[in-house]
Parts: sequence; structure tokens; C-alpha cells
Amino acid sequence: MSNVPSDLKYTKSHEWVRSRADGTVEIGITDHAQHALGDLVFVDVPEAGRVVSAGEACAVVESVKAASDVYSPIAGEVTDRNPDLAAKPEVINEDPYGKGWMMRVRPANAGALASLLSSADYEALLKEEGA
Amino acid sequence: MGRRTPLFDLHRQLGARIVDFGGWDMPVQYTSQIEEHHAVRRAAGVFDVSHMCVIDLEGSQARAFLQRLLANDVAKLKTPGKALYSCMLKESGGVIDDLIVYYLDDSHYRMVVNAGARDKDLAWIRHHAADFDVEVTERDELAMLAVQGPQAREKVSDLMSVPNAKQALALDVFVGRQIDHWFVARTGYTGEEGFEIMIPAAEAVHVWQKLNNEGVVSCGLGARDTLRLEAGMNLYGNDMDESTHPLESGLAWTVAFEPVTRKFIGREVLDVLEAKGSPRKLVGLLLEDRGILRSHQKVIAPGIGAGEVTSGTYSPTLERSIAFARVPAGTGEQVQVEIRGKLLNARVVKPPFVRNGQSQWAKAAPFAHESKGL
Repeated sequence: MSNVPSDLKYTKSHEWVRSRADGTVEIGITDHAQHALGDLVFVDVPEAGRVVSAGEACAVVESVKAASDVYSPIAGEVTDRNPDLAAKPEVINEDPYGKGWMMRVRPANAGALASLLSSADYEALLKEEGA
Repeated sequence: MGRRTPLFDLHRQLGARIVDFGGWDMPVQYTSQIEEHHAVRRAAGVFDVSHMCVIDLEGSQARAFLQRLLANDVAKLKTPGKALYSCMLKESGGVIDDLIVYYLDDSHYRMVVNAGARDKDLAWIRHHAADFDVEVTERDELAMLAVQGPQAREKVSDLMSVPNAKQALALDVFVGRQIDHWFVARTGYTGEEGFEIMIPAAEAVHVWQKLNNEGVVSCGLGARDTLRLEAGMNLYGNDMDESTHPLESGLAWTVAFEPVTRKFIGREVLDVLEAKGSPRKLVGLLLEDRGILRSHQKVIAPGIGAGEVTSGTYSPTLERSIAFARVPAGTGEQVQVEIRGKLLNARVVKPPFVRNGQSQWAKAAPFAHESKGL
């Protein structure tokens, strides 16, 4: 049973999105995703300034066994990336919704979050997937 | 559904994540692959290796047969129970499998071969055994557990009667012995001390549970892979296969060219290669930038040519990525590896990466380009 905070939005590819007061959004991978991947040993997140489109594979998380793409939930420009992940990728396993945030993005359009999944939708998805 | 060992249900009960490995449903990890790895280096871990195949060879020509079959020479084994590591080759010199063979007595040898190759190995062995007075018996009524780590031998012997424990603890490195109905061998695939025990299948679950109760950690194939690569040990299918020969696989040391009169299968091709020098070699790589080396990544030796990573992973002991790679023979100390379109720097090193639990390379050395961040 994985943790799905109700105040966040989600994608089918197991990313979460948090709205911030300054209009940017914070993005990471869900508890379900970090658990499925296992111990993370390397994380590659885009630098500030990079422009991403919705659904674009823009980051990579690697466990010992395999590398997985992380897809940007929205279109926009990366404003920050989490500086702790280079030295301690396992922070994502330990705290996927808090200290394990991966990047912050300024959305290209208002209302970009509307098409994302609610926590209830995401929980239903996990149930369907047999998680 | 893949093939299953006698321990499958127990693995599930213990919460293992099961994956396919060469047609077998095997545990890749129980809790955390990295924690399981550390448990073996620091204390003791137990692995189910019952998917591997034990083959007994008995008969008056068992030795002569193995001297023909194997690239290493069983005549080196003089004391009962002594084992050696060898490749089994095709006439072309390509590697069919790597294996361990024990000398039990003058008409009895025991081989242990890889799970993924067991069917073709058995067919090959039976085919060639037809020319010799030797019987080939697959010992599929046995389960096999590998208990590895500085505390491993003590933990296994704690399960035995006092006289049996004494015999087990008296075993020399790379020697096996039938002690009542357990075959106990001081061998392993982790670079640590330990035993591999072949036991009646019906006892496997009980023995595993007793080991857990003694504090021995259940470990999966994930940890097995990071441990063996740190220890500088090859994995068949990755680091060598039927299209590669021992001299370009870091296995020249396992080929007994002496005596020249021993005509083992594949000898003719290997003699030529040895004389000319192999154009390629297998080396160890230590990634100097952040990232993870993986099989099939392209390796560039500046001014010389290109090669390929054969096995790559993250090393929990060194806390950086390590690999084996097949590269041109003239490759020097520095190479570049192409990872997702970027060229990262790697240092060529002589395995093992870890010896006696200690990193052979400065763990504290900072990553190159640290100031560039990710």
C-alpha cells in the first residue's frame, strides 16, 4: 500500500506535481515508483533554464539494476533542480514527496495542471495495475 | 511460470521480489539489494543457488574425459575434494560455460555448471562422454545454498554436529567434502569467505530458516551480481559466451596449455591465439564521473579504437560505478564511455575492485567535475 498525498496531482507515469506559492510547480516520482525501482544510485535531472514539453522524458532515475525515464508532467521551463540528489539519490527512496523533490518548473500555460490526475484517480490507477 | 527451486515458496513468504533468470523464477531481492550486499561483506548472507546444475562423472576414464572436455587440467587436482575453475570450450575456442569441478576420487568427479547453460551443457557433456568409460549423472535431488561473508562458515557449522562442524571448519580454500548427507565446499562467488553446501532438497527450507534464525541475511540475485563484480568474477552470458574465447575474457589464467600433449577441445584455436596475441582483452573500469556503467555501452580508447562494456553496475562498497569491458589489446589507462549520448571518463583498472572486504580504490576520491554538479 503506497502513500498518495491528497494535496498533489499525478501522472500515469508515476510523477507527482505540487503547486507552489510563486507559481512554479515542484515535481518528483511517487512512493509507488520509488518502491518499484528499489535503491536509487544515480539521478540525472535537467539544469535550470531547460525548456520541457508535457510528456517529454527529461530526467533519469537509476537503480542498481536499471535506468528509468522520468517524464515532465507539464510544459514549461525548469527553474531549479534538487542539489542534494547528486550525492544522495537515495533521498528519493526515503522521502519521495518531500526532500526527494526532483525539479521545479514554471508552467508555460495557466491551467496546465487541470489535465493531471487527482489523488483519487491515481489511487484507482494503482489498484488497476495491481499495485 | 519458470522453473522453481525447492525454496521458491519460502522466498515468497519472506517477501522476495521474484524475477526470471535463465528460465527460473528466482529472488532478486528480499528487502534492499544494497543492504543485502553489505550484509555479505560485513557478516553473513545466504543465497539460493539450487538452479545451478550438479553433475557427477564416475568411471575409470572420468579423469581422461575431463582432460579432453575442459580447458583447465583436472590432473592438477591431487588431494580429494580439491576443486578448480575452468571453461568448457567449443572447437572454435568459444566458451560454452564456466564451471567448478571437484576431484572426489580417481573415478569420481563433480561439476557445478550455470543454470542458464545447464541443458546445453548436459547435452554437450553426454555427447562427448560417449567416447569414454564414464557415467554422467545429473544430481537434481540436491538443493544448493551459498552462505557467504566473514561469519558464514561459523554460522553453517553451528547447524552441524560437533564432529561434522570440525570437519567443515578444517576445509581448505577451494576444497569440498561429503560430510554425512551434506557436501560442503569452501567456495563462493562473492570474494568473501564462506561455504556452498549441496544438501538433500527436502532439507533446504529448514536449513534456510535456521540460518535466518542465526542472523544470516536472505540475499537475492541482485546482491549476488554486485558482489561478484566487485570481486572481479566473470558472469557467463555477459563477460563471455560462445562467440568469445578465454584469452579475451580475462580467463587466460584458467587455460592449462601445459602439458602440450593434452588435446582439450578448443586447444588448436587457442594455441594460435596465444602465439599471435589476442587482439582484444577484458579489463576493469572505474567510472570517474557520476553515472552507471551498463552492458553494451560503447567504450572509446582514444587513438586506439572502440570496445564495449560487458558487465556494469553500481558498487555499494566503492559507492561508484564499476564494470568489465572488452576493449582493443592496446588500450591504456583512460577511456571514455558513451552513456545516453554523453562521453564520461573511466579509468582502466585490474580487478578485483574489492579484496577482503576492502576497496582497492580510494572510496574517498571525489568524482571528477564535482564543481559541475549533476
